[in-house]
Amino acid sequence: MNYIALKMLFGDRAKYLMLLCGLTFAMMLIVQQGSIFWGLMIWSQSSVSNLNVPIWVTDPGIAQVDEVKPIADTAVDRVRSVPGVEWAVPLYKGLLRARLSNGEYHQITLTGLESSTLIGRPAEVLEGRIEDLRQPDAVVVDQWTVERMGGPEVIKIGTIFELNDKLARVVAIAKTQKSFTNIPVVYTTYERALRYVPRERRTLSYVLAKAKDGLPAEEVTARIQAETGLGAFTSEQFGWKTVRWVLKNTGIGVNFGTTILLGFIVGMAIASQTFYLFTVENLRQFGALKAMGTSTATLARMILLQAYTVGLAGYGLGVGLASLFGYLAARGGGLPFVETWQLLVLVLAALLAICTFSALISIVKLARLEPAIVFR
Amino acid sequence: MTTPTQPAAVRARGVVKSFGHGDTQVMVLKGIDLDIYQGEMLLLVGESGGGKTTLLSALAGILDIDEGHIDVLGIPLSELPARRRTQFRGETMGFIYQQFNLLQALTAAENVAVPLLIQNLGRREAVRRARLMLERVGLGDRTEFLPKNLSGGQQQRIAIARALVNEPRLLICDEPTAALDGPNGQKIMELIREVGRSPDRCVVVVTHDSRIFNFGDRIAHLTDGRIDSIDSIAREGTA
Repeated sequence: MNYIALKMLFGDRAKYLMLLCGLTFAMMLIVQQGSIFWGLMIWSQSSVSNLNVPIWVTDPGIAQVDEVKPIADTAVDRVRSVPGVEWAVPLYKGLLRARLSNGEYHQITLTGLESSTLIGRPAEVLEGRIEDLRQPDAVVVDQWTVERMGGPEVIKIGTIFELNDKLARVVAIAKTQKSFTNIPVVYTTYERALRYVPRERRTLSYVLAKAKDGLPAEEVTARIQAETGLGAFTSEQFGWKTVRWVLKNTGIGVNFGTTILLGFIVGMAIASQTFYLFTVENLRQFGALKAMGTSTATLARMILLQAYTVGLAGYGLGVGLASLFGYLAARGGGLPFVETWQLLVLVLAALLAICTFSALISIVKLARLEPAIVFR
Repeated sequence: MTTPTQPAAVRARGVVKSFGHGDTQVMVLKGIDLDIYQGEMLLLVGESGGGKTTLLSALAGILDIDEGHIDVLGIPLSELPARRRTQFRGETMGFIYQQFNLLQALTAAENVAVPLLIQNLGRREAVRRARLMLERVGLGDRTEFLPKNLSGGQQQRIAIARALVNEPRLLICDEPTAALDGPNGQKIMELIREVGRSPDRCVVVVTHDSRIFNFGDRIAHLTDGRIDSIDSIAREGTA
């Protein structure tokens, strides 16, 4: 009977294609929007992930990584004194304006790394050496900064620009994850960063730390909080905290959620309607099958098989098209597009829900079908 | 040859069926008593709205009756639960419909194989048997054709092959010639009589086409929900 079900499905080519297109479109929309949404969330916590350190310590009232609340310089030593802390280093993070030699101004995020260890430095360098940060006036920029500030003709190794009237010389170009705000990021040493920025009473943005080997980072962050009164987070916690802040304080969640819901509804509406039409138009044939001895349960299995078959084909095509979009449009990290297996599993679950709902409407119709219809 | 002295394959007693409720209720069958014997072809005839199709549906067990009893091959069909009745139909009955009711996506052979597939026979074997049956109805060279590429008469031949492929004990035919022109209708009835009849099978044909009355062994006249009369057809050599 499975064979008959599939032949019936593929035999009505117009409806099959309509179902396939509807489900493909819905799946593509959900996967594409979901991937862009997740890409944006990854971008929103790139300030955490780019520094790649296990523990972040700062003001306990901090909302998210880009909202810096300076703390006292003594915090570094206080964190170092907490049992279980392997090391702790200072980090400066703040907004500043850069003035290029062509007279252009650009707002930048200045990141000051502890000079002896350069902990928090970008993991990958495209040009130059990160260690050259220790040279006078040295700064490192990332590939997005190059792009935003005029391209490789304007920003390259050796380029000199001004930060608060003080010279900055590019010694390396790093590869990093793009940030949500896409403000150019300039790396320098902690001490030099403090020279670039205007004087403030408190200049320490974060203390970066690591737990001793064998100790869970969560346990050490709890100790730091208890003993220093500061806010301490694992990088994962801080990343999620940032994601939650973005979701709560921007319209991104609602915006993407609405589109994803729309994809779900459109998919369900098209699939349900077309499937119902398919069933109604074949009602006499289904009635004939029932009269010939096909049980309602068998008919239900046939309908479900049809629904899941076209659904899985639509899923494959939809995911394929969304992935192709991601590959073409998001090449090089210019567009936030992160397609995770969790998203694909969720979308598959949504698809199965759509197909099951669509099939159920038809199954209810068939369950109520009097086989005597074939004699009318 | 069939005689009313043989045991009845189908036995209906006091069959009553109504549709609707309250003031709009219409009693379509008003106490039908009918016996149909092994090996015979019984024609159910009468005016439109007289209850022919309702009686046929009831005899086939695809319509619940309000009162009375229907036994088919010794089984109290009207008392079986729906699921068991469906299974019984699949095992013992074949159906020929006015509108053929072929699955348009299936080839002729696949359509004929459907009753065997319903009985969980393997597809290859089912199609093999279906092809043999198509040869018996003269469509051995059309087994891979889709119904839409065949004439009405050929489609009805497929339907006959489908109805007979699982060797049913009871063949139910609802206006099998209504969608066909005169000559094709005659040919179809000849085929049903030639291929469909067998000593251990009874054939019930609902029709209002007087041109095919002579194909039956007996004719039951149904008027206003009651059987008026049952006549034997005198046939050359058997009268």
